[in-house]
Amino acid sequence: MSERLAVRKTYKLFIGGRFPRSESGRSYLVENTNVALASRKDVRDAVVAARSAVKGWSGATAYNRGQILYRAAEMLEGRRDQFIGLGLPAAEVDVATDRWVWYAGWADKIAQVYGGANPVAGPYFNLSAPEPTGVVGVVAPGESPLLGLVSVIAPAIVSGNTVVVLAAEPAPLPAVTLAEVLATSDLPGGVVNILTGRAAETAPWLASHLDVNALDLTGVADQALAVSLEQAAAGNLKRVVRPPAAPIDWTADPGPSRITAFLETKTVWHPKGV
Amino acid sequence: MTATTTSSLAEVGRSAATLRTFLHGLPGVDHVGAEQRAALLGTRSIKTGAKAWAIDLAIRMVDLTTLEGADTPGKVRALGAKARRPEPSDPSCPPVAAVCVYPSMVPAAVEALAGSGVRVASVATAFPSGQVPLEVKLADTRAAVAAGADEIDMVISRGAFLSGRYVEVFEEIVAVRQACGAAHLKVILETGELGTYDNVRRASWLAMLAGADFIKTSTGKVPVAATLPVTLIMLEAVRDFRAVTGRLIGVKPAGGIRTTKDAIRYLVLVNETAGPAWLDPDRFRFGASSLLNDLLMQRGKLATGVYSGPDYVSLD
Repeated sequence: MSERLAVRKTYKLFIGGRFPRSESGRSYLVENTNVALASRKDVRDAVVAARSAVKGWSGATAYNRGQILYRAAEMLEGRRDQFIGLGLPAAEVDVATDRWVWYAGWADKIAQVYGGANPVAGPYFNLSAPEPTGVVGVVAPGESPLLGLVSVIAPAIVSGNTVVVLAAEPAPLPAVTLAEVLATSDLPGGVVNILTGRAAETAPWLASHLDVNALDLTGVADQALAVSLEQAAAGNLKRVVRPPAAPIDWTADPGPSRITAFLETKTVWHPKGV
Repeated sequence: MTATTTSSLAEVGRSAATLRTFLHGLPGVDHVGAEQRAALLGTRSIKTGAKAWAIDLAIRMVDLTTLEGADTPGKVRALGAKARRPEPSDPSCPPVAAVCVYPSMVPAAVEALAGSGVRVASVATAFPSGQVPLEVKLADTRAAVAAGADEIDMVISRGAFLSGRYVEVFEEIVAVRQACGAAHLKVILETGELGTYDNVRRASWLAMLAGADFIKTSTGKVPVAATLPVTLIMLEAVRDFRAVTGRLIGVKPAGGIRTTKDAIRYLVLVNETAGPAWLDPDRFRFGASSLLNDLLMQRGKLATGVYSGPDYVSLD
Protein backbone atom coordinates (compact mmCIF):
# COMPACT_ATOMS: atom_id res chain seq x y z
CA MET A 1 0.00 0.00 0.00
CA SER A 2 1.27 3.39 -0.91
CA GLU A 3 1.94 5.96 1.75
CA ARG A 4 -1.11 8.00 2.67
CA LEU A 5 -1.30 11.65 1.61
CA ALA A 6 -2.63 13.77 4.45
CA VAL A 7 -5.54 16.08 3.64
CA ARG A 8 -4.11 19.55 3.44
CA LYS A 9 -6.28 22.18 5.00
CA THR A 10 -7.09 25.55 3.51
CA TYR A 11 -8.19 27.99 6.18
CA LYS A 12 -11.33 29.72 4.97
CA LEU A 13 -13.50 32.61 6.04
CA PHE A 14 -16.43 32.18 8.41
CA ILE A 15 -19.51 34.03 7.13
CA GLY A 16 -23.09 33.33 8.14
CA GLY A 17 -22.19 29.95 9.64
CA ARG A 18 -20.46 28.77 6.47
CA PHE A 19 -16.82 28.50 5.47
CA PRO A 20 -16.50 30.13 2.05
CA ARG A 21 -13.27 30.98 0.28
CA SER A 22 -12.71 34.66 -0.37
CA GLU A 23 -14.92 36.08 -3.10
CA SER A 24 -11.72 37.43 -4.63
CA GLY A 25 -10.20 33.94 -4.84
CA ARG A 26 -7.07 35.20 -3.09
CA SER A 27 -5.16 33.56 -0.30
CA TYR A 28 -1.92 34.17 1.57
CA LEU A 29 0.60 31.96 3.28
CA VAL A 30 0.89 31.69 7.05
CA GLU A 31 3.21 29.08 8.48
CA ASN A 32 3.20 27.34 5.12
CA THR A 33 -0.60 27.13 5.15
CA ASN A 34 -3.03 28.75 2.74
CA VAL A 35 -5.33 31.24 4.43
CA ALA A 36 -8.10 33.14 2.63
CA LEU A 37 -7.35 36.80 1.95
CA ALA A 38 -10.66 38.60 2.41
CA SER A 39 -11.78 41.39 0.08
CA ARG A 40 -14.24 44.24 0.53
CA LYS A 41 -17.00 42.07 -0.92
CA ASP A 42 -16.39 39.51 1.80
CA VAL A 43 -16.83 42.35 4.29
CA ARG A 44 -20.08 43.25 2.57
CA ASP A 45 -21.33 39.63 2.73
CA ALA A 46 -20.29 39.31 6.36
CA VAL A 47 -22.17 42.47 7.33
CA VAL A 48 -25.29 41.19 5.57
CA ALA A 49 -24.98 37.89 7.47
CA ALA A 50 -24.38 39.69 10.76
CA ARG A 51 -27.34 42.00 10.20
CA SER A 52 -29.72 39.17 9.43
CA ALA A 53 -28.61 37.37 12.61
CA VAL A 54 -29.29 40.37 14.87
CA LYS A 55 -33.03 39.80 15.21
CA GLY A 56 -32.79 36.18 16.30
CA TRP A 57 -29.75 36.59 18.56
CA SER A 58 -30.78 39.78 20.33
CA GLY A 59 -34.32 38.42 20.56
CA ALA A 60 -33.22 35.22 22.26
CA THR A 61 -33.62 35.23 26.03
CA ALA A 62 -30.53 36.17 28.02
CA TYR A 63 -30.61 32.73 29.63
CA ASN A 64 -30.66 31.05 26.23
CA ARG A 65 -27.73 33.16 25.01
CA GLY A 66 -25.80 32.20 28.11
CA GLN A 67 -26.49 28.50 27.58
CA ILE A 68 -25.34 28.68 23.98
CA LEU A 69 -22.13 30.43 25.00
CA TYR A 70 -21.49 27.82 27.71
CA ARG A 71 -21.96 25.17 25.06
CA ALA A 72 -19.34 26.96 22.92
CA ALA A 73 -17.00 26.84 25.90
CA GLU A 74 -17.50 23.07 26.07
CA MET A 75 -16.50 22.78 22.43
CA LEU A 76 -13.52 25.09 23.06
CA GLU A 77 -12.36 22.80 25.84
CA GLY A 78 -12.74 19.81 23.54
CA ARG A 79 -10.47 21.37 20.93
CA ARG A 80 -7.76 22.20 23.47
CA ASP A 81 -5.20 19.93 21.85
CA GLN A 82 -5.88 21.31 18.40
CA PHE A 83 -5.16 24.86 19.59
CA ILE A 84 -1.99 23.72 21.31
CA GLY A 85 -1.04 22.00 18.04
CA LEU A 86 -1.19 25.42 16.35
CA GLY A 87 1.64 26.52 18.62
CA LEU A 88 -0.39 28.25 21.33
CA PRO A 89 0.80 27.85 24.91
CA ALA A 90 -1.49 25.51 26.87
CA ALA A 91 -1.89 28.18 29.54
CA GLU A 92 -3.25 30.67 27.01
CA VAL A 93 -5.80 28.15 25.69
CA ASP A 94 -7.00 27.47 29.23
CA VAL A 95 -7.26 31.15 30.12
CA ALA A 96 -9.14 31.75 26.86
CA THR A 97 -11.66 29.04 27.70
CA ASP A 98 -12.09 30.44 31.19
CA ARG A 99 -12.52 33.91 29.75
CA TRP A 100 -15.26 32.67 27.46
CA VAL A 101 -17.07 31.08 30.40
CA TRP A 102 -16.64 34.26 32.45
CA TYR A 103 -18.25 36.40 29.72
CA ALA A 104 -20.97 33.77 29.16
CA GLY A 105 -21.93 34.17 32.78
CA TRP A 106 -22.71 37.84 32.17
CA ALA A 107 -25.46 37.00 29.69
CA ASP A 108 -28.26 36.92 32.25
CA LYS A 109 -26.71 39.44 34.64
CA ILE A 110 -26.10 42.55 32.49
CA ALA A 111 -29.70 43.72 32.62
CA GLN A 112 -29.81 43.61 36.43
CA VAL A 113 -26.46 45.29 36.93
CA TYR A 114 -26.70 47.99 34.23
CA GLY A 115 -30.45 48.44 34.05
CA GLY A 116 -32.64 49.85 36.77
CA ALA A 117 -35.79 51.48 37.99
CA ASN A 118 -35.37 55.24 38.16
CA PRO A 119 -37.22 57.49 40.60
CA VAL A 120 -39.30 60.10 38.77
CA ALA A 121 -41.58 62.93 39.89
CA GLY A 122 -44.84 61.40 38.75
CA PRO A 123 -47.00 58.31 38.99
CA TYR A 124 -44.84 56.34 36.57
CA PHE A 125 -42.44 53.50 36.52
CA ASN A 126 -39.29 54.63 34.75
CA LEU A 127 -37.13 51.72 33.70
CA SER A 128 -33.74 51.65 32.03
CA ALA A 129 -32.90 48.53 30.08
CA PRO A 130 -29.56 47.90 28.38
CA GLU A 131 -29.94 46.73 24.79
CA PRO A 132 -27.43 45.53 22.22
CA THR A 133 -26.18 48.05 19.66
CA GLY A 134 -26.50 45.76 16.63
CA VAL A 135 -23.68 44.83 14.30
CA VAL A 136 -20.22 45.38 15.76
CA GLY A 137 -17.10 45.46 13.60
CA VAL A 138 -14.03 44.19 15.42
CA VAL A 139 -10.37 44.40 14.51
CA ALA A 140 -8.84 41.61 16.57
CA PRO A 141 -5.55 42.16 18.42
CA GLY A 142 -2.45 40.59 16.90
CA GLU A 143 -0.77 39.62 20.16
CA SER A 144 -2.23 36.70 22.08
CA PRO A 145 -4.12 35.37 19.06
CA LEU A 146 -6.66 33.19 20.88
CA LEU A 147 -7.06 34.89 24.26
CA GLY A 148 -7.13 38.36 22.70
CA LEU A 149 -9.64 37.19 20.12
CA VAL A 150 -11.94 35.59 22.68
CA SER A 151 -11.63 38.71 24.82
CA VAL A 152 -13.01 40.93 22.06
CA ILE A 153 -15.65 38.58 20.57
CA ALA A 154 -17.30 37.23 23.71
CA PRO A 155 -18.13 40.59 25.37
CA ALA A 156 -19.66 41.91 22.15
CA ILE A 157 -21.96 38.96 21.48
CA VAL A 158 -22.96 38.15 25.06
CA SER A 159 -25.39 41.06 25.18
CA GLY A 160 -26.99 40.20 21.83
CA ASN A 161 -24.79 42.00 19.31
CA THR A 162 -23.48 40.21 16.25
CA VAL A 163 -19.89 40.72 15.10
CA VAL A 164 -17.78 40.90 11.97
CA VAL A 165 -14.23 40.17 13.11
CA LEU A 166 -11.11 40.96 11.11
CA ALA A 167 -8.67 38.39 12.45
CA ALA A 168 -5.06 39.41 13.05
CA GLU A 169 -3.12 39.16 9.79
CA PRO A 170 -0.06 37.30 11.15
CA ALA A 171 -2.02 34.82 13.27
CA PRO A 172 -5.28 33.79 11.57
CA LEU A 173 -5.12 30.05 12.30
CA PRO A 174 -6.45 30.21 15.88
CA ALA A 175 -9.23 32.52 14.61
CA VAL A 176 -10.40 30.07 11.96
CA THR A 177 -10.14 27.20 14.45
CA LEU A 178 -12.28 29.24 16.85
CA ALA A 179 -14.75 29.62 13.98
CA GLU A 180 -14.87 25.84 13.72
CA VAL A 181 -15.58 25.67 17.43
CA LEU A 182 -18.43 28.16 17.09
CA ALA A 183 -19.81 26.40 14.00
CA THR A 184 -20.09 23.16 15.96
CA SER A 185 -21.72 24.80 18.96
CA ASP A 186 -25.30 26.05 18.91
CA LEU A 187 -24.40 29.62 18.05
CA PRO A 188 -26.71 30.72 15.19
CA GLY A 189 -24.97 31.36 11.87
CA GLY A 190 -24.05 35.01 11.36
CA VAL A 191 -23.66 35.93 15.03
CA VAL A 192 -19.89 35.67 14.66
CA ASN A 193 -18.29 36.21 11.26
CA ILE A 194 -14.53 35.96 10.95
CA LEU A 195 -12.53 37.34 8.04
CA THR A 196 -8.85 36.63 7.61
CA GLY A 197 -6.52 38.86 5.64
CA ARG A 198 -5.22 42.40 5.83
CA ALA A 199 -7.09 44.64 8.21
CA ALA A 200 -5.55 47.68 6.52
CA GLU A 201 -7.40 46.67 3.33
CA THR A 202 -10.74 45.56 4.76
CA ALA A 203 -11.16 47.68 7.90
CA PRO A 204 -11.95 50.92 6.00
CA TRP A 205 -14.92 49.20 4.32
CA LEU A 206 -16.15 47.99 7.67
CA ALA A 207 -15.64 51.39 9.29
CA SER A 208 -17.55 53.25 6.57
CA HIS A 209 -20.34 50.67 6.17
CA LEU A 210 -23.65 52.31 7.04
CA ASP A 211 -25.12 49.05 8.32
CA VAL A 212 -22.48 48.59 11.03
CA ASN A 213 -23.37 50.13 14.39
CA ALA A 214 -20.15 50.00 16.38
CA LEU A 215 -16.47 49.49 15.90
CA ASP A 216 -13.84 47.92 18.13
CA LEU A 217 -10.39 49.04 16.99
CA THR A 218 -8.44 47.19 19.69
CA GLY A 219 -6.24 45.44 17.13
CA VAL A 220 -5.32 48.48 15.04
CA ALA A 221 -1.63 49.13 15.73
CA ASP A 222 -1.16 51.81 13.07
CA GLN A 223 -2.08 55.16 14.62
CA ALA A 224 -2.85 56.88 11.31
CA LEU A 225 -5.12 54.02 10.24
CA ALA A 226 -6.94 54.16 13.58
CA VAL A 227 -7.65 57.87 13.10
CA SER A 228 -8.95 57.42 9.55
CA LEU A 229 -11.12 54.50 10.65
CA GLU A 230 -12.59 56.58 13.43
CA GLN A 231 -13.32 59.38 10.98
CA ALA A 232 -15.01 56.95 8.59
CA ALA A 233 -17.01 55.55 11.51
CA ALA A 234 -18.34 59.03 12.24
CA GLY A 235 -20.34 58.87 8.99
CA ASN A 236 -23.19 57.10 10.76
CA LEU A 237 -22.16 57.83 14.34
CA LYS A 238 -20.79 54.40 15.18
CA ARG A 239 -19.70 53.76 18.71
CA VAL A 240 -15.93 53.33 18.60
CA VAL A 241 -13.62 51.58 21.05
CA ARG A 242 -10.21 53.12 20.38
CA PRO A 243 -6.96 51.17 20.27
CA PRO A 244 -5.43 50.91 23.75
CA ALA A 245 -2.83 53.53 24.67
CA ALA A 246 -0.63 50.90 26.35
CA PRO A 247 -0.44 47.18 25.56
CA ILE A 248 -3.22 45.23 27.26
CA ASP A 249 -2.45 42.39 29.66
CA TRP A 250 -5.03 39.95 28.32
CA THR A 251 -4.62 37.58 31.25
CA ALA A 252 -5.74 40.22 33.76
CA ASP A 253 -9.36 40.48 34.94
CA PRO A 254 -11.00 42.41 32.10
CA GLY A 255 -14.00 43.78 33.98
CA PRO A 256 -17.28 44.37 32.16
CA SER A 257 -16.22 47.51 30.25
CA ARG A 258 -16.03 45.71 26.91
CA ILE A 259 -19.62 44.52 27.36
CA THR A 260 -20.95 47.95 28.27
CA ALA A 261 -19.12 49.56 25.34
CA PHE A 262 -21.65 47.95 22.98
CA LEU A 263 -24.82 48.53 24.95
CA GLU A 264 -27.44 51.20 24.50
CA THR A 265 -29.79 52.13 27.28
CA LYS A 266 -33.47 52.20 26.51
CA THR A 267 -35.60 54.07 29.00
CA VAL A 268 -39.32 53.38 29.16
CA TRP A 269 -42.10 55.07 31.08
CA HIS A 270 -45.09 53.14 32.27
CA PRO A 271 -48.02 54.51 34.29
CA LYS A 272 -48.45 53.03 37.73
CA GLY A 273 -51.69 51.10 38.04
CA VAL A 274 -54.20 51.64 40.84
CA MET B 1 -41.77 31.03 -36.35
CA THR B 2 -44.45 29.77 -38.60
CA ALA B 3 -44.84 31.70 -41.79
CA THR B 4 -47.55 34.15 -40.89
CA THR B 5 -48.49 37.47 -42.34
CA THR B 6 -50.22 40.37 -40.69
CA SER B 7 -53.45 39.76 -42.55
CA SER B 8 -53.64 36.12 -41.57
CA LEU B 9 -52.83 37.04 -37.96
CA ALA B 10 -55.96 39.17 -37.83
CA GLU B 11 -57.95 36.10 -38.81
CA VAL B 12 -56.49 33.95 -36.06
CA GLY B 13 -58.88 35.06 -33.35
CA ARG B 14 -61.93 34.48 -35.52
CA SER B 15 -62.75 30.99 -34.34
CA ALA B 16 -61.71 28.43 -31.78
CA ALA B 17 -60.25 26.23 -34.50
CA THR B 18 -58.04 28.89 -36.11
CA LEU B 19 -56.79 30.08 -32.73
CA ARG B 20 -55.98 26.56 -31.58
CA THR B 21 -54.29 25.75 -34.88
CA PHE B 22 -52.19 28.88 -34.65
CA LEU B 23 -51.17 28.49 -30.98
CA HIS B 24 -50.35 24.82 -31.35
CA GLY B 25 -48.51 25.60 -34.58
CA LEU B 26 -46.01 27.75 -32.67
CA PRO B 27 -42.67 25.99 -32.47
CA GLY B 28 -42.00 24.23 -29.17
CA VAL B 29 -39.60 25.83 -26.71
CA ASP B 30 -36.19 24.20 -26.37
CA HIS B 31 -36.41 23.75 -22.60
CA VAL B 32 -32.73 23.08 -21.94
CA GLY B 33 -31.61 25.67 -24.48
CA ALA B 34 -33.77 28.42 -22.98
CA GLU B 35 -32.51 27.77 -19.46
CA GLN B 36 -28.91 27.59 -20.63
CA ARG B 37 -29.17 30.83 -22.56
CA ALA B 38 -30.79 32.61 -19.63
CA ALA B 39 -28.11 31.27 -17.27
CA LEU B 40 -25.32 32.26 -19.66
CA LEU B 41 -26.61 35.82 -20.05
CA GLY B 42 -26.95 35.98 -16.27
CA THR B 43 -23.18 35.69 -15.91
CA ARG B 44 -22.43 38.97 -17.72
CA SER B 45 -20.56 41.39 -15.54
CA ILE B 46 -21.78 44.98 -15.64
CA LYS B 47 -19.54 47.42 -13.78
CA THR B 48 -18.98 51.08 -12.88
CA GLY B 49 -20.35 53.46 -15.54
CA ALA B 50 -22.53 50.85 -17.22
CA LYS B 51 -23.77 49.72 -13.83
CA ALA B 52 -24.70 53.27 -12.82
CA TRP B 53 -26.60 53.65 -16.10
CA ALA B 54 -28.32 50.30 -15.62
CA ILE B 55 -29.36 51.16 -12.07
CA ASP B 56 -30.90 54.46 -13.13
CA LEU B 57 -32.69 52.73 -16.01
CA ALA B 58 -33.94 50.00 -13.68
CA ILE B 59 -35.27 52.65 -11.27
CA ARG B 60 -37.14 54.30 -14.16
CA MET B 61 -38.59 50.86 -15.02
CA VAL B 62 -39.91 49.99 -11.58
CA ASP B 63 -43.64 49.60 -11.07
CA LEU B 64 -43.62 50.30 -7.35
CA THR B 65 -46.21 47.87 -6.12
CA THR B 66 -48.31 47.39 -3.04
CA LEU B 67 -50.96 44.69 -3.29
CA GLU B 68 -51.83 43.80 0.27
CA GLY B 69 -55.18 43.35 1.90
CA ALA B 70 -53.92 45.77 4.56
CA ASP B 71 -53.23 48.64 2.11
CA THR B 72 -54.51 52.04 3.16
CA PRO B 73 -54.69 55.39 1.36
CA GLY B 74 -51.95 56.56 3.72
CA LYS B 75 -49.62 53.80 2.65
CA VAL B 76 -50.36 54.54 -1.01
CA ARG B 77 -49.63 58.24 -0.46
CA ALA B 78 -46.31 57.34 1.16
CA LEU B 79 -45.52 55.11 -1.78
CA GLY B 80 -46.47 57.94 -4.14
CA ALA B 81 -44.00 60.26 -2.44
CA LYS B 82 -41.32 57.61 -2.80
CA ALA B 83 -42.21 57.08 -6.47
CA ARG B 84 -41.75 60.79 -7.24
CA ARG B 85 -38.44 61.13 -5.43
CA PRO B 86 -37.02 57.68 -4.64
CA GLU B 87 -33.89 59.28 -3.16
CA PRO B 88 -35.05 62.52 -1.51
CA SER B 89 -31.51 63.71 -0.85
CA ASP B 90 -30.45 63.33 -4.49
CA PRO B 91 -32.35 65.24 -7.20
CA SER B 92 -30.46 63.36 -9.94
CA CYS B 93 -32.26 60.14 -9.01
CA PRO B 94 -35.07 59.56 -11.54
CA PRO B 95 -38.67 58.80 -10.57
CA VAL B 96 -40.09 55.30 -11.04
CA ALA B 97 -42.38 54.37 -13.95
CA ALA B 98 -45.61 53.71 -12.10
CA VAL B 99 -47.27 52.89 -8.83
CA CYS B 100 -49.30 49.67 -8.95
CA VAL B 101 -52.22 49.33 -6.54
CA TYR B 102 -55.63 47.70 -6.08
CA PRO B 103 -58.57 49.50 -7.76
CA SER B 104 -59.88 50.89 -4.47
CA MET B 105 -56.55 52.63 -3.91
CA VAL B 106 -56.45 54.28 -7.37
CA PRO B 107 -57.94 57.63 -6.22
CA ALA B 108 -55.32 57.95 -3.49
CA ALA B 109 -52.55 57.09 -5.96
CA VAL B 110 -53.86 59.55 -8.58
CA GLU B 111 -53.91 62.31 -5.97
CA ALA B 112 -50.43 61.47 -4.72
CA LEU B 113 -48.91 61.35 -8.20
CA ALA B 114 -50.71 64.27 -9.86
CA GLY B 115 -48.37 66.19 -12.16
CA SER B 116 -45.38 63.97 -11.49
CA GLY B 117 -45.36 61.97 -14.72
CA VAL B 118 -45.45 58.78 -12.67
CA ARG B 119 -48.31 56.64 -13.92
CA VAL B 120 -50.95 54.93 -11.88
CA ALA B 121 -51.34 51.23 -12.60
CA SER B 122 -54.17 49.22 -11.14
CA VAL B 123 -54.67 45.49 -11.05
CA ALA B 124 -58.17 44.53 -12.09
CA THR B 125 -60.31 41.58 -13.22
CA ALA B 126 -60.46 39.92 -9.80
CA PHE B 127 -56.71 39.94 -9.22
CA PRO B 128 -55.03 37.55 -8.42
CA SER B 129 -57.26 34.57 -9.19
CA GLY B 130 -59.40 35.94 -12.02
CA GLN B 131 -62.14 33.54 -10.97
CA VAL B 132 -65.23 35.72 -11.33
CA PRO B 133 -67.78 36.21 -14.15
CA LEU B 134 -66.73 38.39 -17.07
CA GLU B 135 -69.21 41.16 -16.19
CA VAL B 136 -67.56 41.57 -12.81
CA LYS B 137 -64.11 41.73 -14.42
CA LEU B 138 -65.27 44.40 -16.86
CA ALA B 139 -66.93 46.40 -14.10
CA ASP B 140 -63.70 46.12 -12.07
CA THR B 141 -61.70 47.41 -15.04
CA ARG B 142 -64.09 50.28 -15.83
CA ALA B 143 -64.09 51.37 -12.20
CA ALA B 144 -60.29 51.48 -12.11
CA VAL B 145 -60.10 53.44 -15.38
CA ALA B 146 -62.83 55.83 -14.27
CA ALA B 147 -60.92 56.46 -11.05
CA GLY B 148 -57.95 57.57 -13.13
CA ALA B 149 -55.73 54.54 -13.67
CA ASP B 150 -53.37 54.93 -16.64
CA GLU B 151 -52.55 51.25 -16.84
CA ILE B 152 -54.58 48.14 -16.09
CA ASP B 153 -52.95 44.87 -15.04
CA MET B 154 -55.42 42.08 -15.81
CA VAL B 155 -55.08 38.37 -15.07
CA ILE B 156 -56.02 35.73 -17.62
CA SER B 157 -58.25 32.81 -16.71
CA ARG B 158 -55.60 30.14 -16.25
CA GLY B 159 -58.28 27.52 -15.78
CA ALA B 160 -59.75 28.25 -19.21
CA PHE B 161 -56.32 28.49 -20.82
CA LEU B 162 -55.05 25.23 -19.35
CA SER B 163 -58.18 23.34 -20.38
CA GLY B 164 -57.72 24.56 -23.93
CA ARG B 165 -60.57 27.09 -24.08
CA TYR B 166 -58.32 29.61 -25.82
CA VAL B 167 -61.14 31.56 -27.43
CA GLU B 168 -62.69 32.24 -24.05
CA VAL B 169 -59.41 33.74 -22.83
CA PHE B 170 -58.96 35.62 -26.11
CA GLU B 171 -62.39 37.18 -26.04
CA GLU B 172 -62.01 38.08 -22.41
CA ILE B 173 -58.81 40.01 -23.13
CA VAL B 174 -60.49 41.73 -26.10
CA ALA B 175 -63.41 42.73 -23.89
CA VAL B 176 -61.15 44.05 -21.13
CA ARG B 177 -59.09 45.86 -23.78
CA GLN B 178 -62.26 47.68 -24.86
CA ALA B 179 -63.19 48.45 -21.26
CA CYS B 180 -59.73 49.98 -20.74
CA GLY B 181 -60.35 52.70 -23.32
CA ALA B 182 -57.20 54.81 -23.49
CA ALA B 183 -55.52 53.04 -20.58
CA HIS B 184 -52.65 50.66 -21.29
CA LEU B 185 -53.42 46.99 -20.79
CA LYS B 186 -50.94 44.63 -19.16
CA VAL B 187 -51.92 40.99 -19.34
CA ILE B 188 -50.68 38.79 -16.50
CA LEU B 189 -50.03 35.26 -17.73
CA GLU B 190 -49.20 33.85 -14.26
CA THR B 191 -46.45 31.71 -15.75
CA GLY B 192 -45.98 29.86 -12.45
CA GLU B 193 -49.35 28.21 -13.06
CA LEU B 194 -48.96 27.55 -16.77
CA GLY B 195 -46.73 24.53 -16.21
CA THR B 196 -44.63 24.49 -19.39
CA TYR B 197 -42.57 26.92 -21.44
CA ASP B 198 -44.67 25.99 -24.48
CA ASN B 199 -47.71 27.28 -22.63
CA VAL B 200 -45.87 30.50 -21.79
CA ARG B 201 -45.15 31.04 -25.48
CA ARG B 202 -48.76 30.28 -26.44
CA ALA B 203 -50.17 32.54 -23.73
CA SER B 204 -47.82 35.36 -24.80
CA TRP B 205 -49.01 35.16 -28.40
CA LEU B 206 -52.62 34.84 -27.33
CA ALA B 207 -52.38 37.99 -25.22
CA MET B 208 -50.57 39.96 -27.91
CA LEU B 209 -53.06 38.91 -30.60
CA ALA B 210 -55.91 39.97 -28.35
CA GLY B 211 -54.48 43.47 -28.02
CA ALA B 212 -52.28 43.56 -24.91
CA ASP B 213 -49.84 46.48 -24.63
CA PHE B 214 -47.71 44.57 -22.13
CA ILE B 215 -47.37 40.95 -21.17
CA LYS B 216 -46.54 40.36 -17.53
CA THR B 217 -45.24 37.18 -15.91
CA SER B 218 -46.95 36.92 -12.58
CA THR B 219 -49.22 38.25 -9.91
CA GLY B 220 -46.60 37.71 -7.24
CA LYS B 221 -49.18 35.71 -5.29
CA VAL B 222 -48.08 32.20 -6.30
CA PRO B 223 -44.82 30.55 -5.18
CA VAL B 224 -43.14 30.57 -8.62
CA ALA B 225 -42.98 34.13 -9.95
CA ALA B 226 -40.77 35.70 -12.61
CA THR B 227 -37.77 33.65 -13.72
CA LEU B 228 -35.12 34.43 -16.31
CA PRO B 229 -36.05 31.60 -18.74
CA VAL B 230 -39.74 32.55 -18.70
CA THR B 231 -38.85 36.18 -19.35
CA LEU B 232 -36.55 35.06 -22.17
CA ILE B 233 -39.44 33.23 -23.85
CA MET B 234 -41.73 36.23 -23.49
CA LEU B 235 -39.05 38.54 -24.89
CA GLU B 236 -38.64 36.21 -27.87
CA ALA B 237 -42.40 36.35 -28.37
CA VAL B 238 -42.52 40.17 -28.43
CA ARG B 239 -39.50 40.24 -30.74
CA ASP B 240 -41.17 37.82 -33.17
CA PHE B 241 -44.47 39.66 -32.88
CA ARG B 242 -42.75 42.88 -33.87
CA ALA B 243 -41.13 41.16 -36.85
CA VAL B 244 -44.56 40.10 -38.10
CA THR B 245 -46.74 43.06 -37.20
CA GLY B 246 -44.37 45.95 -36.50
CA ARG B 247 -46.02 46.53 -33.12
CA LEU B 248 -43.85 46.79 -30.03
CA ILE B 249 -45.31 45.01 -27.00
CA GLY B 250 -43.85 45.52 -23.54
CA VAL B 251 -42.75 42.86 -21.07
CA LYS B 252 -43.03 43.04 -17.30
CA PRO B 253 -41.48 40.40 -15.05
CA ALA B 254 -43.00 40.65 -11.60
CA GLY B 255 -42.46 38.96 -8.27
CA GLY B 256 -39.25 37.66 -6.74
CA ILE B 257 -36.92 40.30 -8.24
CA ARG B 258 -35.32 41.76 -5.13
CA THR B 259 -31.74 42.69 -5.87
CA THR B 260 -29.90 45.00 -8.21
CA LYS B 261 -27.95 42.01 -9.48
CA ASP B 262 -31.21 40.30 -10.52
CA ALA B 263 -32.48 43.46 -12.20
CA ILE B 264 -29.28 43.88 -14.21
CA ARG B 265 -29.49 40.25 -15.32
CA TYR B 266 -32.95 40.99 -16.69
CA LEU B 267 -31.70 44.09 -18.49
CA VAL B 268 -28.94 42.05 -20.15
CA LEU B 269 -31.56 39.52 -21.21
CA VAL B 270 -33.72 42.29 -22.69
CA ASN B 271 -30.86 43.80 -24.64
CA GLU B 272 -29.67 40.48 -26.01
CA THR B 273 -33.09 39.01 -26.80
CA ALA B 274 -35.54 41.71 -27.78
CA GLY B 275 -32.98 44.42 -28.50
CA PRO B 276 -32.16 47.92 -27.28
CA ALA B 277 -35.60 49.21 -28.36
CA TRP B 278 -36.95 47.48 -25.27
CA LEU B 279 -34.50 49.17 -22.88
CA ASP B 280 -37.17 51.75 -22.20
CA PRO B 281 -39.73 52.12 -19.39
CA ASP B 282 -42.47 52.06 -22.04
CA ARG B 283 -41.36 48.61 -23.18
CA PHE B 284 -40.00 46.93 -20.08
CA ARG B 285 -40.99 47.16 -16.43
CA PHE B 286 -40.14 45.52 -13.16
CA GLY B 287 -43.08 44.69 -10.92
CA ALA B 288 -41.49 44.87 -7.51
CA SER B 289 -41.72 46.39 -4.08
CA SER B 290 -38.41 45.64 -2.39
CA LEU B 291 -36.23 45.96 -5.53
CA LEU B 292 -36.27 49.76 -5.43
CA ASN B 293 -34.62 49.86 -2.00
CA ASP B 294 -31.78 47.66 -3.17
CA LEU B 295 -31.35 49.76 -6.32
CA LEU B 296 -31.15 52.88 -4.15
CA MET B 297 -28.60 51.28 -1.83
CA GLN B 298 -26.44 50.23 -4.77
CA ARG B 299 -26.81 53.67 -6.30
CA GLY B 300 -25.64 55.18 -3.02
CA LYS B 301 -22.66 52.83 -2.93
CA LEU B 302 -21.62 53.89 -6.44
CA ALA B 303 -22.09 57.58 -5.65
CA THR B 304 -20.40 57.73 -2.26
CA GLY B 305 -18.06 54.72 -2.26
CA VAL B 306 -19.56 53.60 1.04
CA TYR B 307 -21.76 50.56 1.60
CA SER B 308 -25.27 51.64 2.46
CA GLY B 309 -27.71 49.98 4.81
CA PRO B 310 -31.45 49.41 5.11
CA ASP B 311 -31.66 52.12 7.77
CA TYR B 312 -31.19 54.69 5.01
CA VAL B 313 -34.15 53.73 2.83
CA SER B 314 -37.83 53.63 3.68
CA LEU B 315 -39.43 50.40 4.82
CA ASP B 316 -41.95 50.10 1.99
